Amino acid sequence: MITIIDYGIGNLRSIERAFLHVRPDVVRTDDPDLIRAADHLVLPGVGAFGACIQEVRQRGLEQPIMESVARQVPFIGICVGMQMLFESSSEQGVHTGLGLLKGSIKELRPSDPTLKIPHMGWNVVSPVKHNSLLSGLTADARCYFAHSFYASDVSPDNVVAVTDYGHPVPAVVAHNNVYGVQFHPEKSHDVGLRILANFATLA
Amino acid sequence: MSIAKRIIPCLDVDRGRVVKGIQFVNLVDAGDPLEQAHVYNSEGADELVFLDITATHEGRGIMHDVVRQTAEQIFIPLTVGGGIRTLEDMRQMLHAGADKVAINSAAIKNPGLISECAGAFGAQCVVIAIDMKRRSQGGWEIYTHGGRRPTGIDGLEWAKEAEERGAGELLVTSMDRDGTQIGYDLELLQALDELVQLPVIASGGAGTLEHLRDALLIGRAHAVLAASMFHFKQVTINQAKQFLHNAGITVRMT
Repeated sequence: MITIIDYGIGNLRSIERAFLHVRPDVVRTDDPDLIRAADHLVLPGVGAFGACIQEVRQRGLEQPIMESVARQVPFIGICVGMQMLFESSSEQGVHTGLGLLKGSIKELRPSDPTLKIPHMGWNVVSPVKHNSLLSGLTADARCYFAHSFYASDVSPDNVVAVTDYGHPVPAVVAHNNVYGVQFHPEKSHDVGLRILANFATLA
Repeated sequence: MSIAKRIIPCLDVDRGRVVKGIQFVNLVDAGDPLEQAHVYNSEGADELVFLDITATHEGRGIMHDVVRQTAEQIFIPLTVGGGIRTLEDMRQMLHAGADKVAINSAAIKNPGLISECAGAFGAQCVVIAIDMKRRSQGGWEIYTHGGRRPTGIDGLEWAKEAEERGAGELLVTSMDRDGTQIGYDLELLQALDELVQLPVIASGGAGTLEHLRDALLIGRAHAVLAASMFHFKQVTINQAKQFLHNAGITVRMT
């Protein structure tokens, strides 16, 4: 069962539907027991980091997430969901993340004035190391990004792919069973569906 | 390797059908929105925009269903606009499956709505749509209510204010060019590029592949929106992408 953590922020139907495209068993839930029992766990996120992490905590979901991660269940954070995997964020105040990965979330500030903020649109996801999450993708595959903050000071060991936005921005991160994608795979057409299919088949 | 310029078909929806007019009037039927969305998704469109051009109470209900059904079959971002007046309107469209919501008249009436929506849902899903007409003495003036009502507001000043209030993107339509297929207003696009830090979607006037190219290269727009030229199958999305790629523009090839 692909278990999508639904903590009340945004419409998760797109993510659910994209996973349903690759596997028949998908559930959206904020039930801690279902999160504890998941075999593939998904943490979505849109909007502001602070509001997202606060909802996760208020609903008592941090502990069940950590327990699943400790059981070595494949776990993926998407967009702000990926950002929440890190230690902290400086978006509208300072917020503590889940701390599963080293690094902090900072504002994108490209020095090139032609690079607009938000970073919005289809950018190349360039692999910097092998990871089965990106199996079958070409080196020039593009995914849909929509964000103004990014993961900074990430351990190089954990960076699987980058995208260029004035400087290399971590696009895909991984550490053991913990994965994160800064873009929206559910909005990235065939490339995104392939990534979700790869995740769904991780053991 | 850099971010791709986006090609965005726009579906003007009136009572559940796609329509297209010239300079906002003389509407003709241009097909079924679901069918068109499906085709554009598979042809390689980078996003889709739905604009509810009547946006009556009845139209809103129909639009909600159209958005919901469309969102079920595409895997690219969907922007919905037309008649969005409140935070609650926006919430409903996002819940129906829109990824971004375009706000036009309501933001001009109540500019605080921009920061309210950006605060609630994130700047990345707040698109400020602006319809502008050239002034005889220079510059551009904003029109609201589907282009029916002049406001006396300077278009560029409003674009800057929308950015400062937290918009994530600007969708700028030249009313002089809309539906004419004589090309985008390149001066307007250049002025916007110099003025704002936000991505700008060019709209109004696309008729040929050269128009798309010029808006991206000369107008320095980040995305081009077009309706007539795609709806009436003058060109396909693939042909447009190939042409722009050959012109040296970075696009997403599928």
